[in-house]
Amino acid sequence: MSLRLEAVGLGLAYRGRAAFAGVDLAMEPGTLTAVVGPSGCGKTSFLACLNRLDELVPGAAVQGRVLLDGADVRGPAVDVVGLRRRVGMIFQRPTPFPLSIRRNLDLPLREHGVRDRAERAARAEAALRDVGLWAEVKDRLDRPALALSGGQQQRLCIARALALRPEVLLLDEPCSALDPLASGVVEDLVRDLGARFTRVVVTHNLAQARRIADQVAVFWVRDGVGRLVEVGPTAAIFEDPQDPDTAAYVRGIRG
Amino acid sequence: MRTAERPRWRGLAAAGVVHGAALAVLGAFAWILGDLLVAGLGQVDWAFLTAPPQDAGRAGGVGPILASTGILLAICLVVAVPLGLGAAIFLAEFTPAEGRLGRLVRRSLDVLAGVPSIVFGLFGNVLFCKTLGLGFSLLSGGLTLACMALPLIIRTAEASLRAVPPGLRQSAVALGMSRTSVVRHLLLPAAAPGLLAGFVLGVGRALAETAALIFTSGYVDRLPESILDSGRALSVHIYDLSMNVPGGDHRAAASALVLVVALLAINGASALAMGRFGRRLGAR
Amino acid sequence: MLSAVIVLAIFGLVLAEAAPLIARVGPAAFFTDAGWQPTSGRFNLSPMLWGTLLTAAGALLLAGPVGVLTAVHGRFYAPPAWARVQRRVVELLAGIPSVVYGFWGLTVLVPLIARLAPPGPSLLAGILVLALMILPTVTLLADAALAAVPAEQLQGAAALGLGRWATVRGVALPAARAGIGTGVLLALGRAVGETMAVLMVCGNVVQVPESLADPVRTLAANVALEMAYAMGDHRAALFVAGALLTALAALLVALAAVVGRRHAHG
Repeated sequence: MSLRLEAVGLGLAYRGRAAFAGVDLAMEPGTLTAVVGPSGCGKTSFLACLNRLDELVPGAAVQGRVLLDGADVRGPAVDVVGLRRRVGMIFQRPTPFPLSIRRNLDLPLREHGVRDRAERAARAEAALRDVGLWAEVKDRLDRPALALSGGQQQRLCIARALALRPEVLLLDEPCSALDPLASGVVEDLVRDLGARFTRVVVTHNLAQARRIADQVAVFWVRDGVGRLVEVGPTAAIFEDPQDPDTAAYVRGIRG
Repeated sequence: MRTAERPRWRGLAAAGVVHGAALAVLGAFAWILGDLLVAGLGQVDWAFLTAPPQDAGRAGGVGPILASTGILLAICLVVAVPLGLGAAIFLAEFTPAEGRLGRLVRRSLDVLAGVPSIVFGLFGNVLFCKTLGLGFSLLSGGLTLACMALPLIIRTAEASLRAVPPGLRQSAVALGMSRTSVVRHLLLPAAAPGLLAGFVLGVGRALAETAALIFTSGYVDRLPESILDSGRALSVHIYDLSMNVPGGDHRAAASALVLVVALLAINGASALAMGRFGRRLGAR
Repeated sequence: MLSAVIVLAIFGLVLAEAAPLIARVGPAAFFTDAGWQPTSGRFNLSPMLWGTLLTAAGALLLAGPVGVLTAVHGRFYAPPAWARVQRRVVELLAGIPSVVYGFWGLTVLVPLIARLAPPGPSLLAGILVLALMILPTVTLLADAALAAVPAEQLQGAAALGLGRWATVRGVALPAARAGIGTGVLLALGRAVGETMAVLMVCGNVVQVPESLADPVRTLAANVALEMAYAMGDHRAALFVAGALLTALAALLVALAAVVGRRHAHG
């Protein structure tokens, strides 16, 4: 089941310096939102706030709210471990644990209290099938995950998140550290996961955003602070941008 | 062309000096180790390693002394490894690299590492032998060694924990894993070779130590009956034979050879572990 | 946390043993008394302090340049494979126990010196053995500092047509200055605190030496020699020596930290 995610007046400051501020953005259930913009505009920080990963950085202070299915993710009753199960995150560089392929999927499941061995194995297999990796690795589940190719590693990381049955997937430039071929495979995968998950993809690749996104959010630096300058359906952003910076940005890629 | 001559001359002279220095260093050490080999090798056999010393050490072997040494090291490790590992995990995982507490702890570790070993001996004598009433005993000596090895163990363990790529930690947290299980299931296994190398280095430092042991674990060269007995470490044995026993030089050389070989083996093992560590992380 | 406690405990306990005596005879007594006869209430430590400072300084004068040059050799002159072997050898040497250096000094170096300038056990023997002991420290830390010099700077120098030595002297050594300084200070700390090797080759006569061939006794050696039988004020005086040594070592560590920090800022 996918859920609606909404940022209301969201902002983040590191030691008093704002990375981005005042972002209002609704991400409807089952849609794919692409967050684009030049580097340093706060895209990745924005993504980290959505599942409270900002709390890993000392000196980071959040303003505003993030609503998951209408409830504030920073509310007092929210259990952060449960939140991160429901909101999965994939990073730019593949980060498989230096363990076997099987343990990579097994460890988080166990951590989330899936006691039954057979169930863990079944969920791991389902997740590997979802990312199209099952056929490639089913005979070497006990080999080290680090022996996989970059693209395979990234798909393993996605499978690792999927095995937890999240409702939202956050992806931070999931293709940019991969070669073009592997990048294409991962891109198709993210698109084809379809309506089962609400997806938010940070990317610097406008062509990719255009191929996969339902909605595009453009971040831009204004007065040293990252702002959401324009948001809309993909076609509208690319065909008829309202903001002059967006227009230039989109045109630059087009030309 | 004439102007170019001078720098070239200087470069050649400098090269000569540089090569000379390196050769002198290697030569001096070849001399030391060669001497040890020549003087000691003929005497080291199985009987030497197992027999008790006789005639104040002029004859016989080093059996009980090796046993005492082993017990000292074991006590040192049993105390220093859990403490050191705990402190390193605390430093690497729960204090920011630039935070005030972390800086304070690290600074005091540096000072601790710089404290002369003889002062550790004084400290161990007061605290363990006198205040805690353990007397001259293997336990006192081992605890003193643990204090000495701790800074080394903590710093290497912290460094290898910090060398684990941050992406690993981040993605584990993003999967909703708790901090303790991140440490237990991911960081410790990933850092294991580095941790091991640190422990081995600590053992090496303890094994090489003499000054801190003379007035904590004592001189007695019998086979110790308990850890509250006094016992003589191999390094103390060498010191005693060469300084206090006229005619003890031969056995001292043999003992020194045993000690050096043990240390080389230990350091080699540590280098091996570190090498594997580097490769493991390099594979990413 | 624990380490801070241990540091405090060490300073605290050593000082606690030393304090009553210091309070009674005053700190000046340890430098102005008529001599070191601790059982008769004369506590002059200054000959031993001189012994410590002279052996350490002499060792540093020898080991400093040779160690740095050896590191330069490994980084800039030797073929890479040879340099790796050399580095590994030096690492192993750093692990050889001081008592072994002392033993070698006693059985090889001291008889040699005795033939040239009797009696043999002497300041010179102490300096030589200490120099050998701290050489690996100096070499390894200088090597690390040289390795940290950015390759661009070295390439820049090469692009200007500078020769190897000019590159080393003009670019590499200045860039690595702070790191080398830290290493030298840490090595000096080791030399100051070293006990066994010095004890075994220096002759241990309490005097301010007048020549390199004179025997000397260092603070650390003094503690090791007399601790076994010292009682009462005598024992307390040895703890004063220990406190003095710790203060010296801590000072050097602090200096090294300052030098290292300056390096980090520029």
